[in-house]
Amino acid sequence: MTGALIPLLLGIPLAGSVALLLAPPRLGDRVAVRLGVVTTGVTALLACWVVAVEPSTDVAWVPSLGLRLHLGVDGISSPLVLLTAGLTLLCTVYSLKVLPEAGRPRGLIGLLLLLEVGMLGTFVALDLLLFFVFFEVVLVPMWFVIAQWGDTSDAVARVRAANTFILYTLLGSAVMLLGILLVGFKAGTFDIEALTERGGGGLSHGVQVLAFAALALGFAVKTPMWPLHSWLPDAHTAAPTVGSVLLAGVLLKMGTYGLIRIAVPLVPDGARTLAPWLGAFAVVGILYGALACLVQRDLKRLIAFSSVGHMGFVLLGIATLTPVGLNGALFANVAHGLITGLLFFLAGAIKDRHHTALLDELGGGLYERLPRLGGLLAFAAIASLGLPGLAGFWGEMLTLLGAFDPAAGLDRGYYLVLMALAGIGVVLTTTYLVVLLRRVAQGTTSERWREAVLMRDATPLELAVWSPVVLLVVTLGLWPALLLDVTEPVVRRMIGA
Amino acid sequence: MTVSGVQSIDYVAITPPLVVALAGLAVLVLDTFLGTQRKQVTGWVTLAGLAAATATLLPLTDHSRRTFCVPGEGLALPSCSYVVDSLTLAFQVLVLLGALVVVLLSIDTVTEARLPAGEYYFLLLMSVAGALTLAAARDVLTLVVALEVVSLPAFALVALPRYDGRASEAALKLFLVSVVSTAVTLFGLSLVYGVTGAVHLDRIATALGDPATRSSALVLGVGLAIAGFAFKVAAVPFHFWAPDTYEGAPVPVAAYLSVVSKAAGFVGLAVLLTQGFAPYADVWAPVIAVLAALSMTVGNLVALRQRQAVRLLAWSSIAQSGYMLVPLGAAGKGDVAAVLPATVAYVLAYAVMNLGAFAVVTLVGRHRPANRLEDYRGLGRTEPLSAFALAFALACLAGLPPGLLGLFAKVVVFQAPVSQGTGWLAIVMAVNVVIGLYYYLSWAASLYVRSPLGGPAGAESASRPPSYRISWSDGLAIGITLGAALWLSVVPRMVLDALG
Repeated sequence: MTGALIPLLLGIPLAGSVALLLAPPRLGDRVAVRLGVVTTGVTALLACWVVAVEPSTDVAWVPSLGLRLHLGVDGISSPLVLLTAGLTLLCTVYSLKVLPEAGRPRGLIGLLLLLEVGMLGTFVALDLLLFFVFFEVVLVPMWFVIAQWGDTSDAVARVRAANTFILYTLLGSAVMLLGILLVGFKAGTFDIEALTERGGGGLSHGVQVLAFAALALGFAVKTPMWPLHSWLPDAHTAAPTVGSVLLAGVLLKMGTYGLIRIAVPLVPDGARTLAPWLGAFAVVGILYGALACLVQRDLKRLIAFSSVGHMGFVLLGIATLTPVGLNGALFANVAHGLITGLLFFLAGAIKDRHHTALLDELGGGLYERLPRLGGLLAFAAIASLGLPGLAGFWGEMLTLLGAFDPAAGLDRGYYLVLMALAGIGVVLTTTYLVVLLRRVAQGTTSERWREAVLMRDATPLELAVWSPVVLLVVTLGLWPALLLDVTEPVVRRMIGA
Repeated sequence: MTVSGVQSIDYVAITPPLVVALAGLAVLVLDTFLGTQRKQVTGWVTLAGLAAATATLLPLTDHSRRTFCVPGEGLALPSCSYVVDSLTLAFQVLVLLGALVVVLLSIDTVTEARLPAGEYYFLLLMSVAGALTLAAARDVLTLVVALEVVSLPAFALVALPRYDGRASEAALKLFLVSVVSTAVTLFGLSLVYGVTGAVHLDRIATALGDPATRSSALVLGVGLAIAGFAFKVAAVPFHFWAPDTYEGAPVPVAAYLSVVSKAAGFVGLAVLLTQGFAPYADVWAPVIAVLAALSMTVGNLVALRQRQAVRLLAWSSIAQSGYMLVPLGAAGKGDVAAVLPATVAYVLAYAVMNLGAFAVVTLVGRHRPANRLEDYRGLGRTEPLSAFALAFALACLAGLPPGLLGLFAKVVVFQAPVSQGTGWLAIVMAVNVVIGLYYYLSWAASLYVRSPLGGPAGAESASRPPSYRISWSDGLAIGITLGAALWLSVVPRMVLDALG
């Protein structure tokens, strides 16, 4: 009976999405959003159930390709499944009150549900081709979300941002598909579990290096890794709030998840050869992201660049190829999903109220003007810079710890340098976030906003949406074992440590 | 098989082309007796003829049949000119069903464009009969004759709108390129025949298999023989006719050329190469690989710049030909027979998705004769189902989910170069898939774009364009192709395992 659970987990949002997208126009927007809330709510409950019983499904689909409908969850995927289901639910609930400026919430919710199918599918797929299919499913809905519901002030820019996003990802995906096919055809199976068990057995060193390079390139575009990140800031700046939240909160994780689930365990030999390169790019990303943040003028753009830096830590953790590093990467993954999701919610709320996200135009005085929003922004920023006691801390610390003692066969001295550079990145991250708070939150409200007496602070619904995230950030910060105990055994089994 | 020199013919095996040819003659005769008001009857008779021919395929499915055989000498098996096996059947089904959709699309076109109905359907059916024969032909003479039977009616079909100068130009281009490439093919085949003394593919393969006979004449012959087929499938550099011809011809005829006639060309090429010239795979595979890489790259790059729907589909179908050639191009280093299913699978999938796109393009062309890409803007609002059908067909052609049919077909094609060690071809194809994605997706996206760039959202809602009146035949054609594409995306087995 449990075999039907995961197909149901994907089927419910899919059905909701089809219903919303095909529904006749006379279906009211309110009803549509409520339908979205119900669908994502049921999906979230189902996700909890799935994580609790860890069922699996394995049915033949396309025999000539050896493609199987092989779905399952374990310690690595279950936190991400919960994150996805949770954030999507919060996004639809948020849409109850905060309707997109571009109108037509029905279509937006329908696309969000379609996104959810792709994201959940990516995390539960245990067949390489199936993984690829789900990985690609998110592209088209995300394109529409950015191009149609994005920044209403500049239609040309938002379409360009959407195009850049989809072109970058497609280019990466094509390379990744080559990697997948190379592994699949050479090893004779596309089953991720079987291939993990084999641990690269039967694949020559050359094939492994080639396959890892292709796979990592595809995932690196999505993550995004410096220098393949340049689609991200535009996409985030242009996307509507819920789009940004899901983009930063979940979509980026699909890249790092792919690295951990597929690239590292399936072609470990190739991973060992190329891990130093991955680490180098990761550290450049950390430093570059932090430095770029220092000069940003747009709040959403700044958060986007901070993502580049944070994902750099995740990549560095992966590049160490140690259980500590990988656990740190997984932890940082989830923490970043929560914190940056919250940051984009807040940035969206600020932008909705001021109709601009430019730091100069916003000026200072958020504490004075909108104390609840300002307080939450401060909380999220502090969590983002990795204050001990909040979720952002553990991922970065474990990552650095992993780099202090990388896997056997990797040059320790080199990794120590990487660690030191990443440490500088931590300092820079703290700097730009504190500067951000200084510029936006503190100080006095400028004349421009003093007039707008009717500006509302965070509404009860907004607080209801954000508080679970805040709660989780604190909980994971104080009790990291909650997550690490789940991921640890799977990581050890996977990399055979 | 032979009794005192008289061949016994397996009439069951050759029923499908016979039925189609007879239906063609019937349509031609019938047309002269019909008043101008009742010309539509010819269309229905054509549909009935194609349906009947499809039904006659059923008894052929149980085991393979061979007819028109020549006894072998000594212990050799008899060689047959007409063979019905799973390959033949797969293509005959494709040809018949594809022609069925084309006829459905033609019914309104013939009336609107005031084409002579009898001649139109007669020519179409004759070409279909040739395509059916081509799928079963297993000697070079039958192959060439069948290829010409496919092509000759096509020239006339393209030229049928006599008042339209573009159609005449299109037909002339098609004719000239076709004649030249057929001549080259005949020259190549005569070289092969001259050295081997055989016309049957299996005997040619046996003769070529002997290393002692390997000569430069044979290498030249094999290379030249490819040309005629490369023209038929519109592979670069034999593609110049395609865009102008597609644009100048009535849209259903363009659909016919790009799907049915192209598929016939592919089956001929695949049979010739993998059965007749198999021992020379090291010679023709690199040639095909270069043709494939060129077709993909040129087709996709030029398609990027197109502003007219039929021209875009023409260039895209050139690129798609490249994908179909990839498995054959990868055959040189490994098992020649192993790459055949990949090409077959892609041709079948391509037929479904390309016909789907052409069905909607035909519909839009009835209301917007210029058929520019701009005319599709916002189609999703006025014609949600047709727009969805087109978007889905384009997603399939691009190979992006939800168009799983196209994705799986591409994976199957990738398999050949990746596992046979022609990595460069796989990389060229990967790059091309991405280029293709761009124009397919931007077209598909424009269907759902609400406001023109820069304009206020919803401003044009007052001037909502009227929705089209869709006739039953157009609706059926769109429905069949969309249904097939959706079904095959979920259960791709039927296409991918067509050879059993």
